[in-house]
Amino acid sequence: MKTRLHDDTVLARHNLTADEYGLIVKLVGREPNLTELGLFSAMWSEHCSYKSSKVFLKTLPTRAPNVVQGPGENAGIIDIGEGRVVVFKIESHNHPSFIEPFQGAATGVGGILRDIFTMGARPVALMDSLRFGPLDNPKNRSIMEGVVSGISSYGNSIGVPTVGGEVYFDEGYSLNPLVNVFCLGLAEKDKIFYARTEDAGNVLLYVGAKTGRDGIHGASMASQEFGADTEAKRPNVQVGDPFKEKLLVEACLEVMERRIIVGIQDMGAAGLTCAATEMPAKSGKGAAIDLDRVPQREEGMTPYEILLSESQERMLIAARPDQVPAVKAAFAKWDLDAVEIGAVTDDGRLTCRFHGEVVVDVPVSAVVDLCPAYKRPWERPAAPEPRAAEPVPPPSDYADVLRRLLSSPTIAGKEWIYGQYDHMVLTNTVLLPGAGAAVLRIRGSKKGLAMTLDGNGRYAALDPWTGGKAAVAEACRNLACVGARPIGVTNCLNFGNPEKPGVMGQFKETVEGLSEACRAFGLAVTGGNVSFYNETGATAVDPTPVLGIVGLIEDIDRLVTPGFKAESDAVILLGENKEEFGGSEYLKLIHGKRGAAPPAVDLEREIAVHETLLEAIGAGLVRSAADPSEGGLAVCAAECAFHSPEGTGCDLSFETDLRPDAVLFGESQARILLTSRPENARRILEIAEKRGVPARIAGTTGGRALRFRVSGRLLVDLPVAEARRLWTNALPDFFTPEKRPS
Amino acid sequence: MKARILVSYKDSVLDPQGQAVRNALHTLGYEAVRDVRQGKVFEIELGGVSRAEAERLLPEIAGKVLANVVIEKSSWEILED
Amino acid sequence: MKFGVVVFPGSNCDSDAFHACRDVLGQPTTYLWHKDHDLQGVDCVILPGGFSYGDYLRSGAIARFSPLMREVRAFAAKGGLVLGICNGFQVLLELNLLPGAMLRNKKLKFLCRQVTIRVENDRTPFTRSARPGQVLRIPVAHFDGNWYAPPETLKEVEDSGQVVFRYCDPAGALTEEADVNGSLHAVAGLVNKGGNVCGLMPHPERAAEPVLGSVDGLVVLKSLLENRS
Repeated sequence: MKTRLHDDTVLARHNLTADEYGLIVKLVGREPNLTELGLFSAMWSEHCSYKSSKVFLKTLPTRAPNVVQGPGENAGIIDIGEGRVVVFKIESHNHPSFIEPFQGAATGVGGILRDIFTMGARPVALMDSLRFGPLDNPKNRSIMEGVVSGISSYGNSIGVPTVGGEVYFDEGYSLNPLVNVFCLGLAEKDKIFYARTEDAGNVLLYVGAKTGRDGIHGASMASQEFGADTEAKRPNVQVGDPFKEKLLVEACLEVMERRIIVGIQDMGAAGLTCAATEMPAKSGKGAAIDLDRVPQREEGMTPYEILLSESQERMLIAARPDQVPAVKAAFAKWDLDAVEIGAVTDDGRLTCRFHGEVVVDVPVSAVVDLCPAYKRPWERPAAPEPRAAEPVPPPSDYADVLRRLLSSPTIAGKEWIYGQYDHMVLTNTVLLPGAGAAVLRIRGSKKGLAMTLDGNGRYAALDPWTGGKAAVAEACRNLACVGARPIGVTNCLNFGNPEKPGVMGQFKETVEGLSEACRAFGLAVTGGNVSFYNETGATAVDPTPVLGIVGLIEDIDRLVTPGFKAESDAVILLGENKEEFGGSEYLKLIHGKRGAAPPAVDLEREIAVHETLLEAIGAGLVRSAADPSEGGLAVCAAECAFHSPEGTGCDLSFETDLRPDAVLFGESQARILLTSRPENARRILEIAEKRGVPARIAGTTGGRALRFRVSGRLLVDLPVAEARRLWTNALPDFFTPEKRPS
Repeated sequence: MKARILVSYKDSVLDPQGQAVRNALHTLGYEAVRDVRQGKVFEIELGGVSRAEAERLLPEIAGKVLANVVIEKSSWEILED
Repeated sequence: MKFGVVVFPGSNCDSDAFHACRDVLGQPTTYLWHKDHDLQGVDCVILPGGFSYGDYLRSGAIARFSPLMREVRAFAAKGGLVLGICNGFQVLLELNLLPGAMLRNKKLKFLCRQVTIRVENDRTPFTRSARPGQVLRIPVAHFDGNWYAPPETLKEVEDSGQVVFRYCDPAGALTEEADVNGSLHAVAGLVNKGGNVCGLMPHPERAAEPVLGSVDGLVVLKSLLENRS
């Protein structure tokens, strides 16, 4: 029997199974050499190929009238009218952020920025969704500090505002932080560029930073769990240079504005390999590359290293020969390398030469399109144990419960974080961080853009299908609260090891929930990211779907913000309170339980509630709006008080048979707390009634205290100033040794 | 020719980063550390100059570019010929 | 009044300053590339905020050597108006066109937030349309905004009335908390002895339109317009 070129150890190190290797041999027509094996290892990795997820992602809706580009390119594109489009996507950088939090997060920002400007859009906003373990553990504090500094350092330097995001803390993320970064850019509809080479004879130009040895097999690392040798993985994390990337943004946008290039792709995961195969594949062509011409910053690099390096801030451009001098001049102006490294061919193959010899010769389609898609075995998540559903005793001191919720890091004020991000650069930020959604104005237009990131891992852990629906519902609700209609979706799906049937089942059901909700809202998913293998040892993260949804506000002057605006306004609750404790922060923090099931999501009711709010906003009736989420109604009302300029409180009253703690702290969905001038309340109730939405006046704004009454009992009477102090100081106190809670 | 230039804040200038490092060391139990001043090290490779020219060049680079003389001081040394 | 906004590699508030001058103020405005030698006949040079050269080495330390800065220095020597915002202020300090230097913020973190500053000197071209002691709401966003000067320099700056803005609380009082980055004497902005070169850490271009939440930045920009002869 003929012996294989590469033994099992080599295959294992390249994360390829024997079956995959057999398929590669068939596709190439011979055994691949080590360099070619490296190419397949990177491109067929989970991170690049989506081999475990493709099959299930097929259920997501990807078409809608406003979609210019759906999944399959570097980012998704949605038409927003007036000749403009928005280009946006979310990406994960979870594994690198555990290994080296600062650089892992920084390069995550760098990577998503490139995905946006490679399409021809100037990036105008960033958001980040973060998950860390509890902050009483110094390791988690250190990871959080590193991640926030990394995002801050990169985003600030390159001059794109970080305008929003979310942070959650839970034990499950202790050894598996999640760092998902979203970026949005604006472009003119007729100035979009794709990752294509077009015709044979076109030139391939390498632009940007020199290639070094960093990050080789970063894509493969993202496709593996962490083991005991995590420390040794340090050299796999790339170091970012935001200054270089800023120059790259300006130079690339300039050549695109002047239309002197034909196609462009960033070198991200799998580096030069990815760009040099995906671009020709899209045009049905091939590429011939001379590796000696690749600018290198280290000596003696091998073809393997040159092709797989994940050095940052590099792009591959395809241009017609007559365009090349102008492109080089444009990049020279910004002091950037622009080097011809190869040409587009007609043979459908990637051929690389090094020191005069052919070192790579493979069909492009084999690398890009023909990675097998797996229908991995999946099983329904196990039913929760009976004790999970046992009722808990009601609290004796409701004000104390509220104090504790406001002081918990997941709920507490996040200014400690976003104060480190320049959220105002580019002077488009109209609604600053801290509300449920961020809002940007569009220069030269009356319209506004709203955007939000949302997802609750605990809900998805209890019931993945509901968790998927809830993430979409929550995001759309946040957009409605600022008067925006959702127009497009990107998602980042963070899960454990897909080779475990339980995890695959969570994935399948979460995606089904997402799909159903997106369809109900008439939304297309334009792209996103799947991050598997978020596990260390036996601990997998909660299935955590993070949804990035963008919304459009027709008239930015009609913006609605969450803070109470004045004394004696009517406070109206749209939607229904229910007795649902499962998955809530209240149940977890006060009673130490997760519960048996998350709150139910009724998409029809959700949509009706949002439409009610949007109609009322359109009629000029709404003074403020916010939606109860983590911590429930009480926390929502408190936050509205904190956002009001005078610290205006409220007095709310509920007549009900429900348990008071369910009313105040439960996380039932499809509810909105809004305020209006008293004389407008009746019209709002009428709009609600017309749409079949339960609605009632819950009380009034006023005074300097938060007062909540249930069935006649005054359960909470807490001064706004005291509540605000707790909420504001909770996070910073964790990072001040003398003040840290023990 | 290899040279090294050190730049750090003048003694009269408050160095909050150095203080933060000192406090962190104390938290980790290194009580013996009394004070820390944080600075920068520039490792410079020179070519095509004599030793005498280097001795003129290095303090000029240090004072004109590498250090902000309002708040920083610098020192230089040639490591090997 | 013709404005020129300098662009260094890494400047990122240049388009914001340009927009404020051309679209909000309605004045002829041009970009000035750092490698050029021609100020294009502008009446006022603006050095915008950002991270010129990545803030590598020190903020503004490399930008100050740009060819264009030689022209700006000569322009300032002849009494031309120069406004340095944030990173621009840092460049002016590195050029010694303004006294002192910047250290890291006292809390050792990047800080982005609305602050209030008090007009200390309303007799400069940059503050002519302000009332003495007027409190302005303008945002800051920086890591190294902690202004320092050795004792003799500090005394000279104060005695010559070179302090233009100080960080204050919303009521106009000077408190430790209001001095968000720890600047000596809460200095937020300075002017040179000639009164024609001004640097400030807050960003007036971010407070120039109602939709952005404050128009107090226009006090600085409109004062400049009053200097047309």
